[in-house]
Amino acid sequence: MNGAGRDPAANAPLLEVTGLRVHFTRRTGFFGARRETVRAVDGVSLAVGRRDTLGLVGESGCGKTTLARAVLRLIEPTAGDVRFDGTNVLGLAPRPMRAMRRRMQIVFQDPWTSLNPRMTIGAAVREGLEIHRLAAGAEADRRVRQLLEEVGLPDDAVRRYPHEFSGGQRQRAGIARALAVKPDLIVCDEPVSALDVSVQAQILNLFADLQARRGLSYLFISHDLAVVRHLAPRVAVMYLGKIVEEGPVERILVSPRHPYTQALLSAVPVPDPETKRPRIVLAGDPPSPANPPPGCPFHPRCPHPGVDARCRSEPPSLRAFGEAAAACHKAES
Amino acid sequence: MSEAPLLELRDLRVTYTGPDGTARAVDGVDLVVGAGETVGLVGESGCGKSVTALAILRLVEPDGHVGLGSSVRLEGRDLLALPLKELRHVRGNHVALIFQEPGAALNPVLTVGAQIAETVREHQKVSKSDAWARTVEMLTLVGIPEPEVRARHYAHQLSGGMRQRVLIAMALACKPRLLIADEPTTALDVTIQAEILELLADLQRRLGMAVLLITHNLGVVAGHTRRTAVMYAGQIVEEATTGELFARPAHPYTEGLLAAVPRLGERRERLAAIPGQVPPATAWPTGCRFHPRCPYAWDKCRGEMPPLLDLAPGHKARCWLVQEPVRRTERGPGRTAAPPHGT
Repeated sequence: MNGAGRDPAANAPLLEVTGLRVHFTRRTGFFGARRETVRAVDGVSLAVGRRDTLGLVGESGCGKTTLARAVLRLIEPTAGDVRFDGTNVLGLAPRPMRAMRRRMQIVFQDPWTSLNPRMTIGAAVREGLEIHRLAAGAEADRRVRQLLEEVGLPDDAVRRYPHEFSGGQRQRAGIARALAVKPDLIVCDEPVSALDVSVQAQILNLFADLQARRGLSYLFISHDLAVVRHLAPRVAVMYLGKIVEEGPVERILVSPRHPYTQALLSAVPVPDPETKRPRIVLAGDPPSPANPPPGCPFHPRCPHPGVDARCRSEPPSLRAFGEAAAACHKAES
Repeated sequence: MSEAPLLELRDLRVTYTGPDGTARAVDGVDLVVGAGETVGLVGESGCGKSVTALAILRLVEPDGHVGLGSSVRLEGRDLLALPLKELRHVRGNHVALIFQEPGAALNPVLTVGAQIAETVREHQKVSKSDAWARTVEMLTLVGIPEPEVRARHYAHQLSGGMRQRVLIAMALACKPRLLIADEPTTALDVTIQAEILELLADLQRRLGMAVLLITHNLGVVAGHTRRTAVMYAGQIVEEATTGELFARPAHPYTEGLLAAVPRLGERRERLAAIPGQVPPATAWPTGCRFHPRCPYAWDKCRGEMPPLLDLAPGHKARCWLVQEPVRRTERGPGRTAAPPHGT
């Protein structure tokens, strides 16, 4: 943002994903005689700015976790382009890729399974430092203590094991582990969904503090728009492997254009018994990404009264509406 | 209320003894649920909400120990004194329980229909074909499309929302008077959460069943319960009609829980978080158990445990602020309750 006059690349986004596809083939039928393709991520483009946060919202099975992993090359994408700080990540050989991984870290949803139960919190945080040869010996000890303090864990956490901690504290440990290698980007995959609301608020505040202090960028994934809005100035809404709407968070909250975003918004619980908001009920479950419907992927569940033959046959592309964009034939400015 | 309420807990206490000492997980809970009423029980993990639910059906034994002075009355009958055989009849027939993890609660090697039919035959004398008919009827009731087909599916073939619907169908198959729903939507997406809550409300109206809804999220309780009890450290700390609780939260813990709910309506730089965490049940703090996390706490709070004090008819709070409200304005700068109306 404040890179004016310096390197022109400083104004370019830190992470730029273009046309990303992740398709899995699986065998089905009698003795796996048939093959089918699951289009988990089907042509996604997005960008995360420096010191910025992009929120990625969608329901279970929409492909958001696959997208997160493909961006970090934990899964090899089928097609598309991932640029991190100007470098084509997908073209990197294993050794430079490892160096690149230091700069892009991930925090997972489930603090109960993402930490090794037989490793102390101290050892878990220290591991990254050693793998990337950032510190050793007493220096590593000092850094680990500093990191634990930074994420709000007590001193003695160094020697303790994950099972001795609550969900919120384990998530803090997971964050310390990601921070240890001084990343530029952290992909946060539903990091607060498994936590109590009171603890959720603590962890969201921690993410905000760390960003302010360290200049981090986040790709912040959640199924809850109310959670995302507290961290992300921009959000992208994903449905069945595609981005269906994207734009500034205030814009999306006030005037969502895609019927799916409207339905998602109407489902967020309102902590006020006096408010009776009309809720948009979506019929049925999301269809399978192995067999997506033709045309607009949302049309079989779409509550819009004007769903027509075009919706059923022609896939809508993302159209710009000012600073926002929506993939809906019926969207109007 | 002229006759006995549907469910009445009096001085419910549950202790667990382990290497760290005795955990007083539930420590003197009084709670009443009327016939056909929906009541919310809200608090963070580790506050004793789930243990309260389990103790109602005596599912804490043998690890947990229910206090001698405790009573759990269902339509006047003391469940704690009931012989096991009669208790089994109450479980399922009169009181049903659904849990957070719909995946873990279903048998992976039986079709979901077979499990519901088994439940029906376990509790009621009906033929196999009648049990199957009831199964399909229940799956239809909870809004599962193609119920005859779905009944023949296994749990892994269903989505999380569908599984929770199946569990609700199973819980309701014997038409219980009371459904205890322990975090029924916590593992689900927001859209599915909204659907399940609406389904519960609809079934409650249609079947005249009472619901005890247990959750950590006050936002979930807002539109769906008539009364709400807030639990902290094994005790009820506030109880009121849900409207009153949201409009005038009296306990600082309730205030904190309310402020922590992420909202769409306002952008705040920082969410109001309750500092710290629930202490272990083996070492509840002295005095008011919330005092180490409370922004208003003074000497009295550290030394003396407040009783549940009456604020208004039907509104009680376990907080010395009820007697000395002036201290609220003196302290806790910037910590105000959510506005009662609008967003």
